[in-house]
Amino acid sequence: MGRMHTDREYEAELTALRERVLLMAARVEEQVNGALRAYQTQDSVLAERVRQADSQVDQLEVEIDGLCVQMLARRQPVASDLRFVTTILKIVTDLERIGDLATSICSRVLELQGTPGAYRPSALQDMGEAARNMVRDAVDALVAGDARKAREVSRRDQLIDEQHAAFFPIIARQMEATPSDFDHLMRMISISKAIERIADHATNLAEMVVFMVEGRDVRHVHEDKPERKQRAE
Amino acid sequence: MNIRSHFTYRKAVDRIVRGLCLLAALLALVPLFSVLYYVTARGLGGISFEFFTELPTPVGEEHGGVANAITGTLTLVGLACLFGIPPGVLAGVYLSQFGHTRLGKIVRFSADVMSGVPSVTIGIFVYSLLVVRTKQFSAYAGGLALAVIMLPTVTRTTEELLKLVPEALREAALGLGVPQWRTTLSVMLRTAAPGVATGIMLAVARVAGETAPLLFTSFSNRFWPGGLDEPTASLPVQIYTYAVSPYEDWHSQAWAAALVLVALVLTLNVAARVLVRHRVR
Amino acid sequence: MSTTNSVVASGSVSGAPWGSDAHLQVVPPPPSLGALGAMVEPLHESAKMSAVGLRASFGAREILKGISIPLYEKHVTAIIGPSGCGKSTFIRCLNRMHEVVSGATSVGQVHLDGQDIFSMDPVRLRRRVGMVFQKPNPFPTMSIRDNVLAGLRLNGLKVAEPDALVERALRQVALWDEVKDGIHRSGLSLSGGQQQRLCIARTLAMEPEVILMDEPCSALDPIATARVEELIHELKKDYTIVIVTHNMQQAARVADYTAFFYMGELIEHDRTDVIFTRPAQQRTEDYITGRFG
Repeated sequence: MGRMHTDREYEAELTALRERVLLMAARVEEQVNGALRAYQTQDSVLAERVRQADSQVDQLEVEIDGLCVQMLARRQPVASDLRFVTTILKIVTDLERIGDLATSICSRVLELQGTPGAYRPSALQDMGEAARNMVRDAVDALVAGDARKAREVSRRDQLIDEQHAAFFPIIARQMEATPSDFDHLMRMISISKAIERIADHATNLAEMVVFMVEGRDVRHVHEDKPERKQRAE
Repeated sequence: MNIRSHFTYRKAVDRIVRGLCLLAALLALVPLFSVLYYVTARGLGGISFEFFTELPTPVGEEHGGVANAITGTLTLVGLACLFGIPPGVLAGVYLSQFGHTRLGKIVRFSADVMSGVPSVTIGIFVYSLLVVRTKQFSAYAGGLALAVIMLPTVTRTTEELLKLVPEALREAALGLGVPQWRTTLSVMLRTAAPGVATGIMLAVARVAGETAPLLFTSFSNRFWPGGLDEPTASLPVQIYTYAVSPYEDWHSQAWAAALVLVALVLTLNVAARVLVRHRVR
Repeated sequence: MSTTNSVVASGSVSGAPWGSDAHLQVVPPPPSLGALGAMVEPLHESAKMSAVGLRASFGAREILKGISIPLYEKHVTAIIGPSGCGKSTFIRCLNRMHEVVSGATSVGQVHLDGQDIFSMDPVRLRRRVGMVFQKPNPFPTMSIRDNVLAGLRLNGLKVAEPDALVERALRQVALWDEVKDGIHRSGLSLSGGQQQRLCIARTLAMEPEVILMDEPCSALDPIATARVEELIHELKKDYTIVIVTHNMQQAARVADYTAFFYMGELIEHDRTDVIFTRPAQQRTEDYITGRFG
């Protein structure tokens, strides 16, 4: 974030805010990781742990929101500081939602206990990893203030959307083949949906990082148009 | 020493110093009041209606007055104001505007030097300038001498008071598209006017009591002067003439005239102050 | 480091012949923002005034080092920058108050409706380009009413209907209701904020086209400041306003355009929302976020 503030206290507050957000991002990343591992290994203990960690993330969201409002009220940040604070106000919601979605994956995993031999497509596993990588890279882009990386992350969302869409017919065929597995397959769809939503939130996060770094709102804009024409850098 | 006794000590010192200051202030007032008292006590006896309306009488005759000296002083002071105030105020305006220039510095220095010149010297100067050339003592010459004495005071007072007017007012006027000269006269001088008026009144009060320069210029006259180009009586010269004479009668006349002069000067001073207070409201 | 910015075409600031405004690249009018757009109307904008290669000095010390900037008609332009950056000197050049101080000189051009102000009579110029100062400075010897009329009277102009004019000017600054019962009181009897509004009314009575404000709220409390800011919003319907301010939040609140000056140079000039969310220049960013020096 460039040079230091003349007001050390302000600088310290910005740093503290930044550290809280990074802590929250790290927790959320852990949750996603844990959820995927729990799904893969059917580890109910891990799944339970992930579910319990969610309250911590929720608390962080509340705390960070408070810090941002305080900052707006007391410091009236402008320019890059303003973009930083407003970006954080928005991305904590995305992070918290990602955490919720990881928790809901874990709930499905717990419900899957007792059906050890059931259908468990590896496609879902790949999709999950792709989404997790998006979250990881978006957080990295946030940490590094790397707009290019953030743009690249948001482009990956489409792939996951396609995978999720392609998953439906597969499940439908399974349902026809083994109607008795209906509940189980519905849970698979639910997990796929959760993964797709995680990718969406990671995309939001990445787009906000682009705004934070460049001051340009890239949401709901088709990114194929060259962006940088207007800004000499 | 503990804090409590230290506090008592400081309070005691404070009281002593305050007492000394009061004493010094009272001591300074002693000459002023003794002069006032003395002049009143000795002069009041000579004051009568005729004193203000009659001409001076020769030694031995009763009921003489100083009517011509009173009007003479008023004439001389009036002429001094006429000759002295306009150039004095304008010079002050000049100094406040261009005081930092070379010419401005020369003017200010000259004014300061001039205010230190003994008034008798100025009398001699006007004598050689005017009286010798016209071969005539006159009210003009007396008024001019007094004006020259007033000039530096009026100039410097005007300058100093104009400097006290906030520069913001000049900017305000200029910012409204008011020309420079109009700004200086209608805003700056107008704002400083009460102060300038006081300064002028004090200068007038001072010259009203001048004696030495008048001896060479307006001289004296036992009768009503026929015009401004004739020798003119004045209170200070009259007092001087009476006081140095050996006659007891004239001495009491001198005291009475002195009382009138003091009253005149005091009136001018008080009037100046009242005027200012009125203007400020 | 060259000072390319979004207003001045690079390279044309110094050395170029200052003949025309042609090389002043105009900031594009703000896009329509719907409800949010109330802040910057999508008007066709023309420069009421423009400085071209303006340099100003006090003696040997150069304060402004070639300023080129358009000031858009019926918009508020705020000048921000650290102390000593030349922002006050700049607006004092716009009505030629700069040269009133001895030793002050200026070179370059300033246009008012396309006419060079340095070829105009400064007295006439100042009637068209009014000024409001940092400290409220009503004339102390005059009543509230006379203060409003002062500009006209001191210029020797006959006022046809003085009462109507006084009321109109005082209503314009929302002071009428507060003072109408004591219009003959001294201007100094008012509070600081009221005095400043009186000074603005005094300027408005001259019916200027441009109003320059040199830190008009720095001596006022927040409520008086809010009043003056509201007034600025009203006034920009009819006047072109240039305001120098130390208070960046104030610039953000009242200005349509903001210019950042640093060490006598114009670093950046753009729409206020752009300056305060994504300035193009690092020095602007450092200054407005408080990372300076």
